[in-house]
Amino acid sequence: MTASQTKASNRRKREPLFHLAKRTDINPKRAWMVRGISFLAAIVIGGLIFLIIGNNPFSAYGYIVSGALGKKVAIRQTVKFAIPLLGTALAIAPCFKMRFWNIGAEGQITAGAIGATFFALNYANTMPKPLLLLVMAVGGALCGGIWALIPAVFKAKWGTNETLFTLMMNYIVIGLVKYLQGGPWEGKPGSQIIPDFSQNAVLPKVFGVHCGWIIVLLLVIFIYVYMNYTKHGYEIAVIGDSVNTARYAGMDVALITMRTMFMSGAICGLVGFMVCSGANMTLYHSVADGVGFTAITVAWLAQLNPFAMMAISLLLAILDKGAGDLQTYMKVPTSIADIITGIFLFCMLASEFFINYRIIINHESSGEASK
Amino acid sequence: MENKEAAVSLRNISKSFGSIAANKNVSLDINRGEILSLLGENGSGKTTLMNMLAGIYYPDSGQIFVDGREVRIASPRDAYDCGIGMIHQHFKLVDVLTAAENVVLGLEGPLMLDMPKASAKIREICDRYDFSVHPDKKVYDMSVSEKQTLEIIKVLYRGADILILDEPTAVLTPQETNRLFNVLRQMKADGKSIVIITHKLHEVMAIADRVAVLRKGEYIGEMMVSETNPQEMTNMMVGHTVSLNIERPEPVDPQPRLTVSGLTVVSDEGVLKLDNVSFTAMGGEILGIAGISGSGQKELLESIAGLCPIKEGSIIFTPKDKPARELVGLTPTKIKDAGIAMAFVPEDRLGMGLVGGMGMTGNMMLRSWRLGKGVFVERKKPDELARKLKDELGVVTPDVDYPVRRLSGGNVQKVLVGREIATVPSVLMTAYAVRGLDINTSYTIYNLMTEQKQKGTAVIFVGEDLDVLLELCDRILVLCDGKVTGIVKAGEATKEEVGLMMTHIDSGKEAAE
Repeated sequence: MTASQTKASNRRKREPLFHLAKRTDINPKRAWMVRGISFLAAIVIGGLIFLIIGNNPFSAYGYIVSGALGKKVAIRQTVKFAIPLLGTALAIAPCFKMRFWNIGAEGQITAGAIGATFFALNYANTMPKPLLLLVMAVGGALCGGIWALIPAVFKAKWGTNETLFTLMMNYIVIGLVKYLQGGPWEGKPGSQIIPDFSQNAVLPKVFGVHCGWIIVLLLVIFIYVYMNYTKHGYEIAVIGDSVNTARYAGMDVALITMRTMFMSGAICGLVGFMVCSGANMTLYHSVADGVGFTAITVAWLAQLNPFAMMAISLLLAILDKGAGDLQTYMKVPTSIADIITGIFLFCMLASEFFINYRIIINHESSGEASK
Repeated sequence: MENKEAAVSLRNISKSFGSIAANKNVSLDINRGEILSLLGENGSGKTTLMNMLAGIYYPDSGQIFVDGREVRIASPRDAYDCGIGMIHQHFKLVDVLTAAENVVLGLEGPLMLDMPKASAKIREICDRYDFSVHPDKKVYDMSVSEKQTLEIIKVLYRGADILILDEPTAVLTPQETNRLFNVLRQMKADGKSIVIITHKLHEVMAIADRVAVLRKGEYIGEMMVSETNPQEMTNMMVGHTVSLNIERPEPVDPQPRLTVSGLTVVSDEGVLKLDNVSFTAMGGEILGIAGISGSGQKELLESIAGLCPIKEGSIIFTPKDKPARELVGLTPTKIKDAGIAMAFVPEDRLGMGLVGGMGMTGNMMLRSWRLGKGVFVERKKPDELARKLKDELGVVTPDVDYPVRRLSGGNVQKVLVGREIATVPSVLMTAYAVRGLDINTSYTIYNLMTEQKQKGTAVIFVGEDLDVLLELCDRILVLCDGKVTGIVKAGEATKEEVGLMMTHIDSGKEAAE
C-alpha cells in the first residue's frame, strides 16, 4: 500500500462515537445522586426480569421486602446473614487499604472456626460458659491470624504473590475441615458430621439474634478509628499509596505488612468463631460459605468506609434472605436470588464508573463535513 | 487558508481534562523540511497538543489537516497512517524484546513475522542515519540513548515523515545531544518535518528553524529562530521578564559538616553503585552533584540517609557546636532526628517522600507521625505546618486536605522541599528538586536553597541541568559510574569541563572495547 493510499483510507475513518474522560471534580452530592439513580436502575432492571419470567414485579419486590424484614423472625434471619459479611469486610479493609490483596478471608474464617471448635469440643464441660466463649474467641482469632500471617511472611521475606498465596491457603484449610469431619472430630461413626456444640459453647442471644451483631458493630467503630486516627492506620495508608515513601519515612514495611495481615486474619477468625458458635452451633467445611469473597465486593463498594459497609452488607443480606422467600411463594427458579443480587451489584459498580468517568458523545455533524 | 508548504495544520484545537483546559483554540502549522520547536513552561500544553497528533488523545474540538486535507486521528495507528510518529519522553518499549521485535510490535501483517526482512529494513534505516543499534539487542541491555534511537527507528520504520520528539534531550549527555541534533538535521535535509518539545532555550537556538510558544494552553506566537534571542523567547514563554541570573552569595565561614570517606555501595544484584566516594560537604555552602542519571546519585543520598546498605566507608557528621558522630549503622529515623533531611523528587514526582492520595497535612505527618500520644496520630501541628507552608511558599491548592497527587508538579515539589526545610535541618539533601518545573517555580526552589545555605545549612543539590548547577552551587562534585571524577569550583568551571567529567569513564571504556 502506498503512502497516499493509506492516507486516503484514513480520511474515510470515522471519528469514535464517544470517548471517555476522567472526572476529577465531581462533588459528593452529585456522586450520591449517581449512586441513587443506579439503585433505582437496578430495581427497574430487576423488575423487567420478573416481567420476563411472568411475575408481577411489584408483588415480587413486596415479597423480597416482607420476606427479609416483614416479621421479627425474618429480620433476625437477615441480620444473621449480615453479621459475617460485615465482619469480614471490616477485616479485609485494612489489607486492601495497604494494597495487600488478601483474598484468603474464606480460609481465615475457616481457620478461626477450627480454633473455636477445638475448645468447644474439648473444654465444654471443664470451663464456665463465659470463660469458654472467651477462650473460643481468642483461639479463633489466633488461628485466623496465623493463617493470614503465613502468606504475609512469605511476601515480606521472599516477595511471593499474596493474591495466589492467600487464595490457595483457602483450599488447604477447607480440606483440613473435611478431614476433621470424617476423622478425629467425627460424631457418629460414618456420619462425616461434627456433633453440635453443647449449650455451654453457644453464643447467647440478644434480641433473638446471637450476640455477634454487637461484636461487629463494635468492630465497625474500632476499624473506623483504627484506620483514621491511629499511627497504625496512618502507616497502612502510606504503604498503600507508596511503599517507597513509607521506606523514606522510616517505616518497617515488612513488619507493618505482617502485623496488618495478622490483625485482618484475626478478625476473620473471630467471624469464624461467631458463625460456628452463634449461627451453626457446629463446624462443617463450608462454614465460610463464600462470605470471604462477597466481603471483597462489600469492602470495595463501600470505598473501605466501615459505615458504608454496614449499609451494603445489610442490603445484600436483605436481597439474599428476601429472594430466598420469593422462590417459595412465587414458585420462581432458585437462581432468581442470584440474578437479582447480580443486577444490584452490577448497577452499583456501574455507578462508580460513572462517578469516575464522563462520556462525551462526539458530534456527528463534524463527522459529515469530512466526507 | 491552508499553507501550501504545511505538512500538518492544526486549527482551533481545544482539549480539557476535568475542569482544566490543557489547550485552548490552538492553531499551528508544521512545515516540510523544517525543525519546529514547541516551547513553553511546564503545564503549558505542549505535550497534550502533540499527543493529539500522535493519536494518544482526541481533541474536544478543532480540526487537523495533513497535506491540506482534514484527517481524524483517533489512535496511534491513524497517526502512523498520516505519517506522524512521536517519540515520547517515557519510552514505550518492551524490555525483554529485541530492538527488531519492538519495531515490528503492533504492525499489521501476516501471522508469522518475517524477522530477517524487518532486520534488514532496520539496518537500512541505521545506515542512512548512522545509527548503531543492533536489531537483535535486547532493550534491557540498552543505554538510554540507544533506547531513544530505537524509538526513532520505530517511527521511521513505519514511514513517518513528521516526527515529534518530546523533551528528547532530558535524558542525554551533552555529547549524545549533539549526536541527536546531527541526526535531526540530516532528517530535515531529507525533507522530513520535525517538532521538538522543549523548555531549554539554548536547544531551541541550536537546532530549530522556527519556534512556536505556548502559554497556559494558548498559542502565543511564533518566530524564526534566526530573528529572535533567548530573552525574547523567555518573555513570550512566561509572559513577563525574568532575570536569568541566579543569585549566589559567597559562603560565610564554611565548616565541614559531613565528611564522607571511601563510601562503597553494592546493589542487591551485586552491581557496584558507589566506588570509594569521598568528599566533604560544608555548612553554609551548596554542594552540587552532577552526573548522568543513574551514576550513583540516588545511592549516595540514600546511604547518607541510612536507607541503603553500605559495604565500606564512613560518614562523619559534625553538627554545629556538637561532637562529631558516625552515621553509618544508624537507622533512618535516628539519622533524620540528628538533623539530616532529604527531599528526593523521583521521575513520577510522588513516589519517594510524598503520599499522593493524602493532602498537605497528611504529608506533613510523614515527618511527625511517631510523635502522637499513645496509639493515636497527632494532626493538629502538621495541619498548622501545612497551612504555614501553603502561605509562605504560595502552594496553589484548594485546601490542605486536597490530595497532593492532583496538584501541579511545581506545587508538589514545594510541599516536599518545604516540609524538609521546615525541620530546620543541618544537612539538606535534595535530588532533582526542580525536575520538570517551569522557570518561575524553579527560582522559588533555588531561593529556598540559598536561604538554607545562608542559615549555615550544608546543602547537597543533585541536579540535572548543568547551567543551573554552575550558577547555583558553590562547588560541584561530578559522579560518573559511581566514581567521583572531580570536584570543581562552580564559579570557575565551564560546562564543557563538567560535561567531560560526567562521561569520563564511559569514554574510556568505549575506547578499551
